[in-house]
Parts: sequence; structure tokens; C-alpha cells
Amino acid sequence: MGFLDQNVSETQIKLRGRLWLYILSAIILFLLIVPSLVVIPMSFSSSQYLEFPPKDWSFRWYENYFFSWKVENGFNDWMAATRTSLLVAVLTIFVATPIGTVAAYGLINSTSRLRAILFPIMISPMMVPIILIAIGLFYFYVQFKMVNSIVGLVLGHSLVAMPLVLIIVMSALKNYDMNQEKVARSLGASRPRAFIEITLPQIKFSLISASLISFLTSFDEIIISLFVAGGDNSTITRSMFLALRDQIDPTIAAISTVLIIISSGLLIMTQLLGRKAQ
Amino acid sequence: MVGIEQNFNQAELAQLARREHYTFFGLTLPYLVLVGAMIIVPIGWLFLLSFIGRDGSFSFENYERMINSKAYIRIFLTTFKISILTTLFCALLGYPLAYFMSQIPRKWANICMIGVLIPFWTSLLVRTYAWLVLLQKKGLVNTVAVDLGLLSEPIKFVHNTSGTLIGMVHIMLPFLILPLYANMRAIDPHCVKAASSLGATPVRAFWTVFFPLSMPGLIAGLLIVFVLCLGFYVTPAVLGGGKVIMAAMKISSNIELYFSWGAASALGVVLLVVTMLILFIASKLVSLDQFGQRS
Repeated sequence: MGFLDQNVSETQIKLRGRLWLYILSAIILFLLIVPSLVVIPMSFSSSQYLEFPPKDWSFRWYENYFFSWKVENGFNDWMAATRTSLLVAVLTIFVATPIGTVAAYGLINSTSRLRAILFPIMISPMMVPIILIAIGLFYFYVQFKMVNSIVGLVLGHSLVAMPLVLIIVMSALKNYDMNQEKVARSLGASRPRAFIEITLPQIKFSLISASLISFLTSFDEIIISLFVAGGDNSTITRSMFLALRDQIDPTIAAISTVLIIISSGLLIMTQLLGRKAQ
Repeated sequence: MVGIEQNFNQAELAQLARREHYTFFGLTLPYLVLVGAMIIVPIGWLFLLSFIGRDGSFSFENYERMINSKAYIRIFLTTFKISILTTLFCALLGYPLAYFMSQIPRKWANICMIGVLIPFWTSLLVRTYAWLVLLQKKGLVNTVAVDLGLLSEPIKFVHNTSGTLIGMVHIMLPFLILPLYANMRAIDPHCVKAASSLGATPVRAFWTVFFPLSMPGLIAGLLIVFVLCLGFYVTPAVLGGGKVIMAAMKISSNIELYFSWGAASALGVVLLVVTMLILFIASKLVSLDQFGQRS
């Protein structure tokens, strides 16, 4: 057991003395990962009761998810909710990313005094408890008859996604030399053209990862949807939440698995892009 | 003549610079208009609404009810109790893991980081659902505990405070680990080395040198977790099974069930003021853009 005597820290602690920390950390990591992924095997169980490990395997909960157009409860139209979620998430990209990007560009170039005032306001959607944003929006939408509308959902989700876009694009622009645009403009390019042809290609990876994060933010959002979505436009997370309050339907395990695949796919994409950007 | 021309140029330049500033400010306008119209105005309206009583006139009745009603006091106590306990458990679990990750080579730490990021990126609802399944009476946790002889018979972990706490600690842990790990990585290992070369034992070197240097990251993490817990809704609603009522849930039920906007607004204003106060303190200690909200 010679390996136990190697030094593992600056203070000459032997691995033997640090073993408890390694074991404890492994347990904590295990507790972090496993509960996030445990629904995957469960979703293939054939039993009504979610046992682990499943005794028999089947796709019945996936069938339930993909082919249950109408279930007795009424709102269990999972595919319609999934379609709404996807549509809203894609539209959120096209609202949050451009607005957040031009705002980041404006903010990074403005005086530091103005920036100090505007930045806290602009990231306020991240600071204010989301339940307050949700009931505020509900009130707002009642005035403009936007409750239960796709537009309302997209705007609500964009509000939450915009600060993330702002932060990502601002940090990309911080490392960008704005003089390149000045050069282009001194050669006769207009400001929009200089931005589109010189700046944009250099921050495009940040823009793509900002878009992916906007998508995910919208797709995972629950509380705003709970208040402003309804009727024919329920989102998948909203339907899941409402179903969870009542019973443990194994269909939700199948839906969860699909959600895990979507979010980990997007996470891997952002990580790869991040590496490329560097 | 030269002097006049220079003055003229300066005036023109100043005007150009001003125009630049307006352009840049203009670019932030769409963003500001959206935030203003859809967050600041509605919340301002909620603020006003909290001061309007049942008869439609100005009154403090909504706030008085909050102070006098046992139900509200219990909700405040529950909210603070759950938030404090969650934060505490996150610190107890997160600190050793962040410390471990900061001590091993970066390559291995990045692999461990995947373990922290998987739950961070998995939908909140999926993780809450997973705990609901794991902790139920016939769930995996009970089965394993009974098989190992830790429990004589299965206990009900969900639909009570302990289930809520377990779920919330799991959901909040990455929010503590990320800023804490970033801080610990930045600590110069030579500081600890210097302490031990001057005769400090490893334990003493840790507590007198490393731990104080990791405080900014720890405080940032604790405050983020605490603030997010205060406004938490989904996990206590599902894992608490109606027995754990936190402030956000009361706000929601006031509106959904009782259409009582005044009471909901007053509670919302209290929640907002407490949150802003904590964030204000936090902003004095750490950079604001660390506060990502995924709840």
C-alpha cells in the first residue's frame, strides 16, 4: 500500500491522512449525480409503482407520453404541452438573444457611471424572487388580454433569459478590442456594418451559447408558466408540476428522461463551443 | 486662428462623443423598456396594492393581518427555518467537496466539476420528481436502509419537512460549490506552504490561513443559497405535500385560490425587501453577476 504514503498537499499530508476527505467527497459527488439520473432506469420499468431496480422492462410510459392525446384528467395532453414548450423556447431565443446582445454592446461602450446605474436594473429579473415576477406578469397580462397566450409566455421567459445573455455577451465583449471596429469605420464602414462584419464573427460562439441557455431557461421554467400559461397553451413543465401534486405518474419518469437528454445535449454543446471559443 | 480652429474641433468632438453616448444608451433601450414595463411597473403596482384594504381605501390592514395572524407568523418561521437549515447543510456538504476539488490537479477537478454541473443543468422539476420517487415509503432509500438494518421499518420521508430539506439541499448545493470552488482555486498554495514551513501543523495551517482566505467564496455561496431558498416554490410544494408552506407558496395560493391580491402583495413586498437587503449586503462583498437564478 505504498501509494497511501505519497504527498497529496502542500503541507506534506500523506494520502493516508487525507483518505477521509477523498471518501467523503466521493459520497457527496455520488449524492449529487445519482438522484439526477435515477429516473432514467425507472422510466423503463413496466410496473405502475416506481421500483428500483425495475423487475421488468418496457416502453409503456414512453408510449403513454408520445401517444396519449387525451387522458381522462383532461390536461394530460403531454405532446401538445411539449410542442408548446419547444415553440416558446425557440421563440425565446429570438427575443432574448438579440435584445440582450445589443444591450450588452451598448452597456460595455457606455460610461462607467451609466453602467453602474443600468446594470443592476438590467439583471433585476435574476434578483427579484421569481414568484413576484410571475404574479406581476399575470396582472400585466390580464390588462392586455395576454393570459394563456404564446406571446405572453415568450416575453415572460425572455425576461428571465435576458440577464443571462447580457452577462455572457458582456464577458465576451470585455475581452474584445473595440478598436477593430474603429478601424473598420475609419475605412468607411457604418457602425452597424462594422458591428456585423467585424465584431459579430468574433463573438459568435458566445452568442450561440447565450442562445442555448435562453432555450434551456425557457424550457425549464415553471413558475411564470404556472401563472400565465393555461388552456391550450400549457407548457410541459407546468403540466408535470400539476400532475406531480396529485399522484406519482410513471409517465413523468419517461418525460424526465427526455428532458435530461435535451438538457445534457445542450450542456455538452455549450461546453464544446466554450472550448472552441478559447 | 489656430486657436479658434482647435476650439471648434473640440466642440465638434464633444458633440460627437455625446452622440456616441446616446447611441449606446439607445441600444440598451429595448431591454430597459421590457424590464421596466414587465417587472418594475407591475411590482410597483403590487407595492401600491399592498396598502389597499378590503374596502378599497388606503390602509395597513394587509400588513397588520400578517403581524397578527398566527398562520402568517408560522409561514415566516417555516420559510426562515427551511432556508437556514438548507444553507447550513449546503455549507457542511459543499465546503469539503469544494476543498477537495481545489486540492487535486485541475484535470481531475474538471471531471468532478461535471458531477456538480449535471444536477445544475438537470431540470429542477426532474430532480424534485426523482427525490419524490426515491424517498417514498417503498422507495429506494427506504429499501436500502431497511436491507442494511439502518431502519427497522420504512419511514415516510416525503410530504414533510425532512423530504423538503433533502430535495432543497440537493438542488442548492451547486450554487454554493461554484463560487466557493472558484475562490479556493484562486488561493495561492504558497500561503499554506509558508505557514507549514514556519511550523504550523496541517490542521492549524488550514484554519489560520486557508479557511479565512476562502471566506469570500463561502459567504457569497451562503448568501446566494439563502436568497434562492427564501423565494423557493416548486420543491417545497411537491416534497412538502402541503405540510410545508413557505412564503412563495402562500403568495401563490392567495392569488390562485382566494384572489386576494392585497394579502399576496403585502407578503410579496416583505419577501422582496428581505431579498434585496441580503443581495445588497452580498453586492458589497462579491461581484453581482454570480447570482444565477435557476429556481
